Amino acid sequence: MTVETITTTPKMIVRDLNFFYGKDRALKDINLTIPEKMVTAFIGPSGCGKSTLLRTFNRMYQLYPNQRATGEVLLDGQNLLDKKQDLNTLRAKIGMVFQKPTPFPMSIYDNITFGVKLYENLNRNEMDERVEWALKKAALWGEVKDKLKQSGTGLSGGQQQRLCIARAIAVKPQVLLLDEPTSALDPISTAHIEKLIDELKKDFTIVIVTHNMQQAARISDFTAYMYLGDLIEFGDTSTVFTNPKRKETEDYITGRFG
Amino acid sequence: MFDLYLRRRIINSIGLGVSVLAMLFGLFWLGWILWTLLEHGLPGLGMHVFTQTTPPPGSSGGLINAIFGSVMMVVIATFIGTPIGILAGTYLAEFGQRGWLAPVTRFINDVLLSAPSIVIGLFVYEIYVVKVGHFSGWGGTLALSILVIPVVIRTTENMLRLIPNSLREAAAALGTPQWKIINFVTLRAARAGILTGVLLAVARISGETAPLLFTALNNQFWSTNMNQPMANLPVVIFQFAMSPYADWQSLAWAGALLITMSVLTLNIVARILFRQNPNSH
Repeated sequence: MTVETITTTPKMIVRDLNFFYGKDRALKDINLTIPEKMVTAFIGPSGCGKSTLLRTFNRMYQLYPNQRATGEVLLDGQNLLDKKQDLNTLRAKIGMVFQKPTPFPMSIYDNITFGVKLYENLNRNEMDERVEWALKKAALWGEVKDKLKQSGTGLSGGQQQRLCIARAIAVKPQVLLLDEPTSALDPISTAHIEKLIDELKKDFTIVIVTHNMQQAARISDFTAYMYLGDLIEFGDTSTVFTNPKRKETEDYITGRFG
Repeated sequence: MFDLYLRRRIINSIGLGVSVLAMLFGLFWLGWILWTLLEHGLPGLGMHVFTQTTPPPGSSGGLINAIFGSVMMVVIATFIGTPIGILAGTYLAEFGQRGWLAPVTRFINDVLLSAPSIVIGLFVYEIYVVKVGHFSGWGGTLALSILVIPVVIRTTENMLRLIPNSLREAAAALGTPQWKIINFVTLRAARAGILTGVLLAVARISGETAPLLFTALNNQFWSTNMNQPMANLPVVIFQFAMSPYADWQSLAWAGALLITMSVLTLNIVARILFRQNPNSH
């Protein structure tokens, strides 16, 4: 399963990754390369392991007992799954946005600075600039610049989700993990976010999980189709969608299954 | 088809009717209690209640020493019990996923939550009052704080558990250490609910009589010394209401009205606080 396009630099390399919920094996020998500053989409029916795979990239599973991963996930050659890898340093490099918007119970301004303060000691001016930069990147600045002191929970769903994206990129990560970021949003907000993702890939490596195949086709450069914990097919998006190598992928994409 | 809908409508009206009757039955007693309290309490309520101390039989007086004692003991007990309760509740909600300590603590807390308050009074009598040799305000405070702790533990744990895991994950995904997640995200998101729990605990202990009978007892005179027996509304009500003297009985009713009104106010405040933040993230 090799990537056909040559003009990419690998950012993350997944090697022989297995994942277990207790005794259940949820990912089976996954091998995959995530190219730098591209959008890689994971698609597949519910329960196929696409979110699980995404959550191994920042070791989110460690919050819960009885979940573990074996194998390697390399970020610029460094194994993230290594016990010696400091978790918080890792998460500074890899941001994540979730299915449901998760603004913290504080002001819009504080939502953005929350993560920044963990790693950097900025003075007032620098912090103001960083907040503006992040909100502009997330295409939210215009809507909230006059109410930065208001609670982040008072925004609409789509705005909240862009706030979460701004919060994630304010830390200046290298990789952005998006776990079905638009599935709780209306079509207009979804279009906003999709446009945003296209902008963001200039600066960040983006991995997105989506159950919406049209979305994957619209916004991603590479697509991985997963089924029951197996990576069935991985390649550049146009090939996967127009000329899939595997029958299973074709069945799923044409809607005959899943 | 028509019969089916008719039957459903009839069953619906019967169910609704029975529920409304049950509701009215419950409200009726509550209304009667409040009415009786107002009827007997209002005539006895006047400035003298708040300016004079409890009188000897046959002379006039007020409740100021009992009001002061009650407020002192309830406030201090809340200040002792609340931090312990919040910390323990936080432990149960945020760290109680693995191991044996949390389930055991939870079980013991449930037992404590439903323990008769007279048992708590006897316990403090045995471990504190007997050792010190006399009844005292501190004894009463101790007993009341033991009653506060389980209530606050339970509400803190419940309120923290209402916070969706996705919020914890979002904070963790930024690389936030766990103590920061708890302090600045989850506890903050749950604060309205936790505050409500504290207010309900205050409401609960402000009417407790049994634990004070064995600990603070009563004091007929003005006293701010927590090391001495201390007057308090519930015990004064208990003693005065049982007495044959009309002015004592009238004071007892006034005191009962005072307690009920403060508890009612606290409950209303708790509700308003909680409602301001209905889907508190």
